[in-house]
Amino acid sequence: MLRIEHLSKTYRTGDTALSDVSLEVPKGQILGLIGPSGAGKSTLIRCINRLVEPSAGAVWLGDVNLVTLGKAELRRQRRRIGMIFQEYALVERLTVMENVLSGRLGYVSFWRSFTRRFPPQDIQRAFALLDRVGLLDHADKRADALSGGQRQRVGIARALAQDPELLLVDEPTASLDPKTSRQIMRLLTEICAERGLPAIVNIHDVPLAQQFMQRIVGLRAGRIVFDGPPEALTHEVLTRIYGEEDWNAMKRGDEEQARAEAEARERMEALAQ
Amino acid sequence: MTEISHHSQVWSHRTPRTRLFMWVGWLALVALFVWCWQIMTRDTIWFFVADAPRQAADIAGRMVPPRWSYLGELWLPLWDTINIATLGTIGGVIMAVPVAFLAARNTTPSARFLRPVALFVIVASRSINSLIWALLLVAIIGPGLLAGIVAIALRSIGFVGKLLYEAIEETDQSQIEAIEATGASPAQVLNYGIVPQIMPAFWGITVFRWDINIRESTILGLVGAGGIGLKLQASLNVLAWSQVTVILLLILATVVISEWVSARMRHAII
Repeated sequence: MLRIEHLSKTYRTGDTALSDVSLEVPKGQILGLIGPSGAGKSTLIRCINRLVEPSAGAVWLGDVNLVTLGKAELRRQRRRIGMIFQEYALVERLTVMENVLSGRLGYVSFWRSFTRRFPPQDIQRAFALLDRVGLLDHADKRADALSGGQRQRVGIARALAQDPELLLVDEPTASLDPKTSRQIMRLLTEICAERGLPAIVNIHDVPLAQQFMQRIVGLRAGRIVFDGPPEALTHEVLTRIYGEEDWNAMKRGDEEQARAEAEARERMEALAQ
Repeated sequence: MTEISHHSQVWSHRTPRTRLFMWVGWLALVALFVWCWQIMTRDTIWFFVADAPRQAADIAGRMVPPRWSYLGELWLPLWDTINIATLGTIGGVIMAVPVAFLAARNTTPSARFLRPVALFVIVASRSINSLIWALLLVAIIGPGLLAGIVAIALRSIGFVGKLLYEAIEETDQSQIEAIEATGASPAQVLNYGIVPQIMPAFWGITVFRWDINIRESTILGLVGAGGIGLKLQASLNVLAWSQVTVILLLILATVVISEWVSARMRHAII
């Protein structure tokens, strides 16, 4: 379904976030991506839908290489990839329904989206999804009126509204309490199972990853250092992924985040041209 | 000293060198003030200054009691003034919105060419006072309300454009990314990702500028651009001080009301 070949990313500052990563995700598989901060987890999933531009390599979704696409074709292909974000990334001042319907933007004309007149089947689908994530009563509330767990459910519904063939999930539970985290992970895995949807879940909570993932890939300093079932995550393997003690990792994580953001900003400028 | 310590026991906020510099600095400042005072007062006729309290009292005496019957003539010019401010604000905002999007780093189509042009428009508009805009426009399109409206609009572009483009630059990138990730077009990203984030700032800025424009439009009549300023000028010309009082009180009341309205509206938005 998704095949990543020799993917590399070097930021303009000269820092290498990913080097020669190859990975294949079959249909229906839920893959957990673990690794210390700064290992390139966030960069890897952003390189797939090109919120970050990869430096080298190929990303095949079905039989389309996403890396070589032009702007318009990239937008068309992005519809096939749903993304769920760490801080939910809902548009705070829009209603829950508008946020869910924004998952359909790639399918409707500007005028229809501007006047909020989405096709009836899109609206029915949005209501069905809100029902599935348990927020049917909140459709007309503003997104910033919801709790963290509820917002992430809206984020899931928005991604599913795209009718995606692949889910990219970036730290879905990092801003949630442990109980809500488990509820969200359960919902995510159930939904993926229902639809046979493959997912790459970027996660730094190892026990949570072991509990919910079918397969674990460990990333360290931009390279894959582990690939196997959750049961194979021994203490020795975890040491290989995380190192004994790496106090600089957090600082590097912040730097990586800052670079990814800077790059995203530049890309916005380029897109606007 | 009871115990021997390798720490210094003396601490002062400034070093002697800094203190010396500060003393010299203050001395220079005083010298500058004395020198300026001499230049300022070179042409002053001290007899007039001594006479000033009596003159002020004289004018104040002529200003009271206010000629309240004059109020009837003022409602129409006041209505004009409010219209100048409101229509000018609307016009200014309409022109400022595209300028702001061109000037904001994250939405400008071209950082090298269009952004400097947009920034220049903003600076040019801000650097010229409404009264000067009105003077120019009265000369160009003739006296009357239209000159006032256009003057207010041109002056508002810079203010609204600047604050709005700063708001656009401060938008949350992750919300925009999320909309992009759905495969939305740039226009849709603008509509769903950016516009909702800047709406509170947009309304706040607009109402604030309207409030400022009410104040500015009261004096535009002095140069012939319509409104209550025309009446003020007419009254000043004939030394009708009791009418001037009525006009000034009316302007005061209008400004107080407009400030109240704008505060209420901003409160409702935020």
